[in-house]
Amino acid sequence: MSASEIAERVRRGETSAVDVLEEHLRAIEECDGALQAFLTVLGDTARAEAREIDRRVGAGEDPGPLAGVPVAVKDNLCTRGLPTTCASRILEGWLPPYDATVVERLRGAGAVVVGKTNLDEFAMGSSTENSAFGPTHNPHDPRRVPGGSSGGSAASVAAGLVPIALGSDTGGSIRQPSALCGVVGLKPTYGTVSRYGLVAFASSLDQVGPIARTVADAATLFDVIGGHDPRDSTSLERLNPLALARLEEGVDGMRVGVVVELLDGADASVVKRVHEAAEALAAAGANVEECSVPELGYALPAYYLLAPAEASSNLARYDGVRYGLRVDAPSAEAMNGATRAAGFGPEVKRRIMLGTYALSAGYYDAYYGQAQKVRTLIIRAFARAYEHVDVLIGATTPTTAFELGSKVDDPLAMYLSDVCTVPTNLAGHPAITVPFGADDLGLPIGVQLLAPALGETPMFQAAAVIEGAAPAAALPQICASTIGANQTSTRGER
Amino acid sequence: MSVEGWEPVVGLEVHCELKTATKLFCGCRNAFGDEPNTNICPVCLGLPGSLPVLNMKAVEMAMSIGNALHCEVRPSLFHRKNYFYPDMPKDYQISQYDEPINVNGWLELPDGQRVGIVRAHIEEDTGKTSHMGGGGRIHDADRALVDYNRAGVPLVEIVSAPDIRSAAQARRYVEELRAILMALEASDGRMEEGSLRVDANVSVREARTDGLGTRCEIKNVNSLRSLARAIEYETERQVGLLEAGEPVLQQTRHWDEQAQKTVALRSKEEAFDYRYFPEPDLVPVAPDPRWQREVATSLPPMPAERRAKLTALLGAGETTAAQADQVATVVALGLDKLVVEAASSGVDAPLALARTANEAAADAGRALEVDPAAYGALLLMEQEGKLTPTQAKAVLADLFESGGQPQDIARRKGFEALGAENVAATVADVVSAHPEEWQRYCGGEDKLVGFFTGLVMQATDKKASGKEVAAELRRLRG
Repeated sequence: MSASEIAERVRRGETSAVDVLEEHLRAIEECDGALQAFLTVLGDTARAEAREIDRRVGAGEDPGPLAGVPVAVKDNLCTRGLPTTCASRILEGWLPPYDATVVERLRGAGAVVVGKTNLDEFAMGSSTENSAFGPTHNPHDPRRVPGGSSGGSAASVAAGLVPIALGSDTGGSIRQPSALCGVVGLKPTYGTVSRYGLVAFASSLDQVGPIARTVADAATLFDVIGGHDPRDSTSLERLNPLALARLEEGVDGMRVGVVVELLDGADASVVKRVHEAAEALAAAGANVEECSVPELGYALPAYYLLAPAEASSNLARYDGVRYGLRVDAPSAEAMNGATRAAGFGPEVKRRIMLGTYALSAGYYDAYYGQAQKVRTLIIRAFARAYEHVDVLIGATTPTTAFELGSKVDDPLAMYLSDVCTVPTNLAGHPAITVPFGADDLGLPIGVQLLAPALGETPMFQAAAVIEGAAPAAALPQICASTIGANQTSTRGER
Repeated sequence: MSVEGWEPVVGLEVHCELKTATKLFCGCRNAFGDEPNTNICPVCLGLPGSLPVLNMKAVEMAMSIGNALHCEVRPSLFHRKNYFYPDMPKDYQISQYDEPINVNGWLELPDGQRVGIVRAHIEEDTGKTSHMGGGGRIHDADRALVDYNRAGVPLVEIVSAPDIRSAAQARRYVEELRAILMALEASDGRMEEGSLRVDANVSVREARTDGLGTRCEIKNVNSLRSLARAIEYETERQVGLLEAGEPVLQQTRHWDEQAQKTVALRSKEEAFDYRYFPEPDLVPVAPDPRWQREVATSLPPMPAERRAKLTALLGAGETTAAQADQVATVVALGLDKLVVEAASSGVDAPLALARTANEAAADAGRALEVDPAAYGALLLMEQEGKLTPTQAKAVLADLFESGGQPQDIARRKGFEALGAENVAATVADVVSAHPEEWQRYCGGEDKLVGFFTGLVMQATDKKASGKEVAAELRRLRG
C-alpha cells in the first residue's frame, strides 16, 4: 500500500494506525536481518504515536495527510530523546534534546516514526559501506550495495518495510541510492526544506528530501516537510505551489532537454532507459531535444573541495567535550585528538583532511576559492540551458548497483558514482530520480529529472508521466508482504 | 632604564559585549552572573543539527556604534573562524572577516585628538573555562569546568588604528569609548566583569620617526590601570631590547597582573591558521537604507556634546583644569544628568559639578540609580547653609544607600544647621571669652580664624558652617 492509500484508509477509519504499524514492524522484523537498513527500530514510541492517531480519528479529528503512515528517518536527523548516530562512533550515547523541524512536520501530518536508518558515516559515501555499524544490503541483490549515503532509507522503502522515508542529499545521497534500489527520490530546491535538526555535512549543499515508492507519495511527503522555518536562516518562503495538487497536469508543450553530459560514461543499459523515458515524455506531448552543458564536467572536482571544506568545519565540534564519545587523555588537546582518532572512520577523516587543506592559508584561493568560481560557472551554465528548456533529463547514476566491497579501496571510483548528481547540489536546484526498468541482471535503473530553482512542479509532472510509462518492475529479492504483487500491478496500470 | 628618545605606537582592540536581551544567534537570555549553564540551548551549545539565526537587535546596536564612531556602515557577511577550544561549542567562532559591518571611522578624545577606527564588527562570545583543583592554574589544575552561559553572547570588536602614543592616551581612549558605548546603551561598560575587554598592540620607534616597529599583542588586560601599566611595561621592554641591539619578536603576550609584567604566549610562527570561510548557515546582512537612516538619526547625545553642555553650565568664564577633569569624569561615568538637574533646581554649577565628580563619582554605581530631584534638593540645602558640607556628605551617603528625601534624612540624623543669628551669638561668646587672641586676630594674625572656628564647632556640636563662622569673625573685626 502506498502512503496516500494508508493515510486515506486511516482517516476514514477503515484501518487503524496501530494495525498498519504492527504490519510494518513485522515486515522489519522479517526482512531487516538480511537488509540491515535500520540502526534503531522504535517499537514503543511508534506504538504510542499510532495509538494517538487512532484516538484522534476516533474523536473525529483529521490527523493530517500522512495519518498513520509509518515513516523511516535517516539517522542524521535529530529525534528528541532517541539515538541519532550519523552512523558514527563519535556520537555514541548522544540523545538529542530536540526534534528536527522535518520530524516535527512529519508528526504534525500524522506520520508515525518507526525507526532511524543506516547511512554512510555523516552522510559521506555512496554505498552505505562507510557506516560504523556495518553496511546495508540492496533488496534487489543482497550482495550489492543499496547506494548511499541514504542507503538505509532507500532499501527500507524498496523492500516495503516502510512506504516512505526521509533522506538527505548533499551530492546525490537521496537520488543515487533511490536509483540503485528502484524507488523515487527527490532532492528539493536548496532552502525549501528546513535543515534545522539535520546534522550538517556540507551546509551549503545539504537538503532533506523524500524517498517513496511512487511519485505521488514523494510529492505528498515533500509538501509536508517543505515550507519556511524561522530556525533555518537559509529557509525560503514557500513560493512554489504544492507539488501533489498539480501532479497530474501532464507535460503537453513542456520543453525537455536530454543532457549528453549526464549520459557520458554511463552503462549502455542506463543510456537506453533514459532515452526511452525521454521518448515517453515526447509521446505525452513534450518537446524533447538533446542539449549539452559542458561545464557539468567540472562539478565533481569542485564538489570534492567545497563539501569537504565545509565538513572540516562542521565536524570540528565532535571534540569529546560536551557529548558523544570521549577518549580520556592528560590534556584537553590530547583528549580531543584521541577522541577524534577513535570516533571517526577513514572516509570522514579523509574528507576532514581534504577540507582542512583546501581552506588553509596559502591554498584557499587555489582550492576553495577556485571551486566557488566553478560553482558560479555551473549555476550560469544551468541558467543558459533553462533559457531553452523547462526540465532536463539524464542518468541518475552511471551504473546500476555495484557489489559490496568493490569500491571501498578506491575512493575516487566511489566518488565517480556521484558524477550525475552533484551538479544539482552545487546549483541549489531540485532533481528527482524515478525508477525506469532494469538492466540485464534485473537491477533497477533510475532516470533523473532536473529543474531550475523552485521548479519542482513541472519536474514532478514529468516524473509522473515517466512513472506511468515505466516497464513493470520485478519485486526485490528481499521484500515484505506489505508490497507483494500489489506494487507491480500499480506500476503497470499507470 | 629610560625610554627617552622613543615613543610607543599603540592600537587597541576592544571587545564589547552588547546589552541585548538575548544572545546573538538564539533566544537564550544574555545575562551575567547567572547559575552556570542555565542560559543555554541546542544552538548556543552548538549541538549537531542546530543552526544560528541572527539577532537583529545586535545588528542595530552594532550600527549605532558604527554611527557614533563616524564609521561607514555597510552590508556585511559572517565568516567562520576555525580553531579548537573547549569553551567554544562549535570549535569555530562566527565572526565577520573581510566584509565587516563598520569601517573607517574615528573617535575624538576630550583633548581634541582623533584616533582612527579601522573596523567595528559583530561576532559571538565563547563560554568561560574555570580551572579547578590542583594548583588552580591552566597547567596544574585537576579539571576544567566550562560555563556556556556566555557562549553566543553578541560582541562588537572595535579595532583602532595605531594612532595612540602613550599609556595615558590609551586609557583616555578606552574611557571615551566606554562612555560612548554606555551612552548608546550598547554596553554596561564593566571591565571587571569582562563586558569590556581590551587587547593592546604595542610597538616602539624612535621619537619623531614615521616607521612602525614589530608589534606585540598584549592580552588579559582587565582594568584601565592594568592597561596603562601593561603598555608602560611593554614599551620599556621593547626599548630595552632595541637599545641592547636585539630584535623585538612578533608575539602574543599575556599581562600577568600579579607579576606586573607581560609574558610570551605564542610567537608569529605558532599563530593559528583560522581557515576563514563564509558562514553557509547565515545569509549576508544587508540593512535596508530606511532602517539605517533611522538608526543614524536616533543616536542619543554623545559624551563630547554632553561635556560641552556641562562646560556651558559653568558660565562664560575660563574653566579651570580641575573643572575640566571633573566634567570629563562626570560624563565618563554617565552622571551628568545629576549636575544638569541640580543646576536647573538652582544649585551653583561649580558646586553641583564638584559634588558629582567627587562624592557621587566615588559611588558611581549607586549614584546612577539615585533620584536626580532628591540629589538636587540636597545640594541646594547645602548651598543655602541649611547643612554644613560635612553634614551634606553624610546625608548624600544615606541617600545613595537607601534613597528617600534629603530633608527627612537630615532630620533623622539631627542635622539642623544653626541659623545665622545662633552662629553670630556663639562667635560673640567665644570672642569675649578669649580677649587676648581676639586682639592678635584684629592685629592681623589671620590664622587665628582656625582657633576661633574650632571653639565655635566645639560649642555647637559641629553644626555651624566654617564658612559662616569665618564671615562673622571678619564682620566683627570690621
